[in-house]
Amino acid sequence: MTVVHNTRAEGPAADRRSAPPPEPAPGRPRAGRRRRTAALTPWLFLAAPLALLLMFTFLPVADMIGYSFTDWDGISPARSYVGGENYTDLVTRPARFEVFVVSGFYLAASFLQIALALYFATVLSFNTRFRNLFKGLLFFPYLINGVAVGFVFLYFFQPDGTLDTLLRLVGAEGRHLWLGDPDLANPSLAGVSVWRFMGLNMVLFLGAIQSIPPHLYEAAELDGANRWQQFRHIIAPSIKPIISLSFILAVSGSLAVFEIPYIMTGGANGTETFVIQTVKLAFQFDKVGLASASAVVLLILILLITWVQRRLFPEERVELS
Amino acid sequence: MTTDMSAPPRRTIHADRTVPTRIPALLKYLSLLLASAVVLVPLVVVLLTSLKTESEVANSGPLSLPGDWFNFANYATAVEQGAMLRAFGNTTLILVVSTAGTVLIGSMTAYAIDRFQFRLKKLVMGLFLLATLVPSVTTQVATFQVIDELGAFNSRWAPILLYTGTDIVSIYIFLQFIRSIPLSLDEAARIDGANSWTIYRKIILPMLRPAIATVVIVKGIAIYNDFYVPFLYMPDPELGTISTALFRFKGPFGAHWETISAGTIVVIVPTLIVFLALQRFIYSGFAAGSTK
Repeated sequence: MTVVHNTRAEGPAADRRSAPPPEPAPGRPRAGRRRRTAALTPWLFLAAPLALLLMFTFLPVADMIGYSFTDWDGISPARSYVGGENYTDLVTRPARFEVFVVSGFYLAASFLQIALALYFATVLSFNTRFRNLFKGLLFFPYLINGVAVGFVFLYFFQPDGTLDTLLRLVGAEGRHLWLGDPDLANPSLAGVSVWRFMGLNMVLFLGAIQSIPPHLYEAAELDGANRWQQFRHIIAPSIKPIISLSFILAVSGSLAVFEIPYIMTGGANGTETFVIQTVKLAFQFDKVGLASASAVVLLILILLITWVQRRLFPEERVELS
Repeated sequence: MTTDMSAPPRRTIHADRTVPTRIPALLKYLSLLLASAVVLVPLVVVLLTSLKTESEVANSGPLSLPGDWFNFANYATAVEQGAMLRAFGNTTLILVVSTAGTVLIGSMTAYAIDRFQFRLKKLVMGLFLLATLVPSVTTQVATFQVIDELGAFNSRWAPILLYTGTDIVSIYIFLQFIRSIPLSLDEAARIDGANSWTIYRKIILPMLRPAIATVVIVKGIAIYNDFYVPFLYMPDPELGTISTALFRFKGPFGAHWETISAGTIVVIVPTLIVFLALQRFIYSGFAAGSTK
């Protein structure tokens, strides 16, 4: 296959090496002579990626919307159209909304997580001894296997376990069912989530802070600004985009919590999340129709949140091309 | 955001203060030490427990020290009875094939989109852009049926197909990076008679090495840690991965925390080694991957 194609810009602007954050390619003038084979080449490269994209992203979305209007159990060949029944079922059973209360715990926890991450990122951006050690320690939980995290904290939260023992050391007697008591279970699990994900936020913020030109701090020092003023007027505005992005991800993330509660409690004691509920509906109770409706609702919620984000913070738009 | 692995020089903000502000500094280190303790204590307790005997676990508190620091009996039990070697084998196989697949798919897509003008290009780009908005947890109900119809359910193909086929973030990382590869290289090769495939293989792919490193690290860690996909698609214990094999400790080892702890440590240690070896790349890799 010897394809010669002149679709490139043949100008001196061809060398785009210079700028490391690659700027969007300038509109390339098309050369008139395009051959058939040349037009085919990109599609040869795109065939496999597009097939996978359609098969594992778009086909499931379309199927899911289709299933959501049926009473299919996922196994039998028979399924009948039930109209919007699954959706009314979702909306009318108040028990189904408890999962949103659970999401509220994770959402609150993620605000705490962002605040902590912001604090530690700022602290580590200043001159600090052992900063790489601290950075590594605080980030490492993010890399640990989710099942391992689940087991570590199942043990940590055992009645008379690590946490109870530690509390006793500081004088708080008591034997708590950290994961068994419905009042404590969700805060405990949300705490695990903070433990696990804080480091990622911190590293992202730290990266953003370190790209602030140092002369800004120097100027601020000269003007007599203290650390808080430096944070308030230099650091915070510069990393605003990544902070707002983190908040948006926190909202959609708290709707999609699955691993930690599933591994640790299996959704018992009032810790069931939206995704656990959907997975149970589909794969334990064979209600694929209802589960699909529920997943469609989740998808729409997440799309809405993303849309709001794009409206509020257009500068973060993922740019392609 | 940069996908360049040669991270920007680490910069510390030096505050040349003549009057050292003692108390804030003290508070700063106290908070850092406290946070480190919060991270370490749960992990260290599990490490201690993994070295204890059954009666030590039953009769002493979680913070007590093991009698014999070199009691590795629990590790032997965990690795043998928990079939962890097989799990490592399965995970490695899935990881290598899926990561290679992701690199190929991502780089080919980036090459086609960045280096060619073709009709419907906007549509193709729109499809990939739209796909980033669809979180995969929401579509599993229907994805499951697709995998089932392909006959891939309960086989290693299920995770391989899903990891390879649904990774849009990697495509973005490659797209970002490919723009910094000068077009003149392509053109020079074309003048020498190279066709598009040769240019992709001999020029683009080698030049993409830093982006490939990023994708391999981020993807590798994600696959090693993934629980959802193997749990849902490979119920056969023979096909256990690291995550599902460890998850299955829950039943048979019920209250045997010394064995569960040993299994947990076995899963964490490789991550720790990789982290210590590749720290710098991991930070920049995750920074590149998660802001997309």
